[in-house]
Amino acid sequence: MQTRREVLKRSGIVAGLLLGAGLLPGAAQAYSKNAFEAKSMEDVFKALGLPMPVESAEVMLTAPDIAENGAVVPMTMASSLSGVTKMLLLVEKNPSPLIAQFMVNAAVDIQYQTRAKMGESCDVYAVAVMAYGKTMFARKEVKVTLGGCGG
Amino acid sequence: MADPMRIRAQAAGSKINVRVLMSHEMESGQRKDVNGAPIPAWHIQEVSATHNGAEVLSAEWGPGVSKNPYLQFTVKNGKAGDKISVTWKDNKGESRTDEATVS
Repeated sequence: MQTRREVLKRSGIVAGLLLGAGLLPGAAQAYSKNAFEAKSMEDVFKALGLPMPVESAEVMLTAPDIAENGAVVPMTMASSLSGVTKMLLLVEKNPSPLIAQFMVNAAVDIQYQTRAKMGESCDVYAVAVMAYGKTMFARKEVKVTLGGCGG
Repeated sequence: MADPMRIRAQAAGSKINVRVLMSHEMESGQRKDVNGAPIPAWHIQEVSATHNGAEVLSAEWGPGVSKNPYLQFTVKNGKAGDKISVTWKDNKGESRTDEATVS
């Protein structure tokens, strides 16, 4: 005979194990495979369940005007907004536009620099995802002399 | 086993400037080998960093990040002697963690 208390205790343990294994939805951040495989900017935002972003002066993107080597293009994205949960980096005309997404942590400045590949000259976007679901972007055109995606 | 990362963490006032250079092929999956067969994608998927054991950075990357990825971020509150640890995991399940002391 099982008492209610025992049953609750067991289910608690099971839930804990699931959490530990990352099996419970929402418990662990699963890799956003669909978003990274999306072929267009629209599909990226659809896969992430986000609205299309609007332009904002409070999102900053630093990238070169002309990139000689498309395989290594330095990009810095930053934001002075509060309530940002994620920062996304996208290269519009890449085979898969989403380059990276950073989960914003209060212990770190909202400023990330990395290097991305660019297949051809196009716009680069830094997108801030706000806690209330809105998305805002900064855009910069980068001209690529030598593409970095082909063989 | 993948080559170690190069992590440089420097205190600047009350902040820590962290620069990381990872060693990874970051194969995009778009390229073809000499016989025309596609080379499968092989890239870092997840990156995380801790400051004295507490998570400060978590990111997801696609194949569009350059080969031997570079990452720079700034921890708001820290001092020399603190520990910064960075971990990456790629789409083949391989991972690597390296630690540096803030100077």
